Amino acid sequence: MAERNERPKIKLAVYWGAACGGCCVSVLDVHEKLFDVVANADLVFWPIALDIKYNDVEAMPDQDIDVTLFNGAIRNSENKHMARLLRQKTKILVAYGSCAHLGGIPGLANLSTKTEIFDRIYKESESTNNPNHTRPLEKYEVKEGTLTLPEFFNDVRTLAQTVDVDYYLPGCPPQTERLLEVFMAIVSGDELPPRGKVLGATDKSQCDECPRKKSDKKTIKEFHRPWEINDDGETCFLEQGVLCMGPATRSGCGHRCIEVNAPCRGCYGPAPDVIDPGAKMMSSVATMIDGDTSETIEKILENVIDPAGYFYRFSMPASILRRKIPENLQAQAPLQK
Amino acid sequence: MDFEPTIVSFLCNWCSYTGADLAGTSRMKYSPNIRIIRVMCSGRIDPTFVLEAFKNGADGVLLCGCHPGDCHYQSGNYKCLRRYNMLKKYFVQLGIRPERIRLDWISASEGKQFANLADSFTETIRHLGPCKIKNVIETYT
Ligand code: SF4
Ligand code: SF4
Ligand code: SF4
Ligand code: FES
Repeated sequence: MAERNERPKIKLAVYWGAACGGCCVSVLDVHEKLFDVVANADLVFWPIALDIKYNDVEAMPDQDIDVTLFNGAIRNSENKHMARLLRQKTKILVAYGSCAHLGGIPGLANLSTKTEIFDRIYKESESTNNPNHTRPLEKYEVKEGTLTLPEFFNDVRTLAQTVDVDYYLPGCPPQTERLLEVFMAIVSGDELPPRGKVLGATDKSQCDECPRKKSDKKTIKEFHRPWEINDDGETCFLEQGVLCMGPATRSGCGHRCIEVNAPCRGCYGPAPDVIDPGAKMMSSVATMIDGDTSETIEKILENVIDPAGYFYRFSMPASILRRKIPENLQAQAPLQK
Repeated sequence: MDFEPTIVSFLCNWCSYTGADLAGTSRMKYSPNIRIIRVMCSGRIDPTFVLEAFKNGADGVLLCGCHPGDCHYQSGNYKCLRRYNMLKKYFVQLGIRPERIRLDWISASEGKQFANLADSFTETIRHLGPCKIKNVIETYT
C-alpha cells in the first residue's frame, strides 16, 4: 500500500486583481503536476476554477490560508479590498507575476489619467458606439435596489504599494516550472528565504546568462524594430540595433523570448543591482550610441519612439517616478526656446 | 507667493566642480538655489540620480562636465550627453518639462560661466514654477 503523506496539506489560494488571466492560466499549466499540487495543498479560493465567493473568504479565520498567489495590479477598489482581505487571511502572500510585482501591463495606464482612459473607451475609440454617452457609474438605482461597481482609481499600484508582501514571483506570466519549484520548497517545510525576496529567478541579469554572442565594441548607429533587421540568430540584439531589456532585467525565465529570437521585454523585472529599469536602460543604451554631438544623438534617438512604454513596459508603477503628471496639474508657463 | 526653486546639480570633479570652486574663491555671487553634488566624472551621473532628485522634490537638475574632448576619462561627458538626451525624451512623456534638466560644459577656469549658468538656469526654473511630480507621486490616487 502506498505510504500516506503524513504532513498536513497546506491551504492555497490564487486570486487575480487587475490581471489578464494569463497568470491563473500559468498555474493551470502545471498539467499533470497538478496532482503533486493537490496532494500537498487544498485549494481554498481560486475564482478562475472554483466557485468560492468573497463572503466565504471573509468568513475564514485570520491567517487561515497558508499561501496566496496574488496576481494582477491594484486598479480599482475591488482589487484593493481583496488585497487587504487576503493579506489578513494569509500567512504567506506572494505577488505572482509582473502585474502584482511591478504594476505590469495595466501599469502603463499610469501614463494616462482616469478621465483620459474613460474618454478614450466611452467616447473616442474607433469602435465606440455610444450615442447616449453612457458611462459606468459606481452606484445606480433600479427598482430592485442599488447596483454598485468598484471605484476605478486614477493611479495603478503594485500589490506591495497596497499591502505587505512576503515574496515576489516575477514574470508575465511566471514560468510554471519556477512556480512548482517555489511551491515544493514551501510545502517541504524547509526554512524559507528572508521575507521580501524575489523567488523563482536568479540573482543575475539576462545579459549575464544570455546565449547570444556579445562583442566588446558595441555601437549603435541606428535603432530598428525587430522585424526590420535580418536577425542572424546569434548576435546580441542590442548590437544589432534592436532594443533588448536584457541589461536591466533579472534572469530566471530561461531566456524564453531570446530562445525564440525575440528581444527581452523585461517581464522578470529589474536585475538585483537595478533600482529603476528605465534608468538602467537609458544608461546602458547611451553607452552604445554612436554619436558625440546633440545633433547625431537626437537623430539616432528618433527611432526610440516610446522610452516610457518600452523601458517601463512592466514596471511603470514600481519605477522611481511612477506616473505621468496629469495635464491639469502641469505647470502652465509657456515653453521657452 | 515667491517661489524659490530647489535645484540639484551634479558637477564633475576635474573641470566643472573646480570651475564652481573658482566662482566661490573669486567671490562671485550666484544663485543660492543650486545644491552641488560632486561626482568624479559626468559619465558617473546615473539617470537614477536624476530621477531620484525629482522624486525627492527637485524643481530642476543641472549636469556639468568637461568640454567635449576634455573629459579626464576621455568619453564620460559624451555618455552624459546621450543620457541627457534620453532623459529629456522620457520627461516629455511624463509631463515634466524637458527644460527642467540642463547639461552644460564648464572648464576649471570658467568660474564666471558657472555663475552665469547657475543664475540663468535658476531663472528658467523660477519661470516654470514648482515641479509637481513629487506631489503627484505622493498624493495622486
Ligand atoms: S503578469 Fe502578465 S500574464 Fe500575469 S496577469 Fe499580468 S499581464 Fe497577465
Ligand atoms: S542585450 Fe539582450 S540579446 Fe544582448 S546579451 Fe543582453 S539579453 Fe542577450
Ligand atoms: S526574455 Fe525577458 S520578456 Fe521574455 S520571458 Fe524572459 S524576462 Fe520576460
Ligand atoms: S571628468 Fe569631467 S566630464 Fe569626465
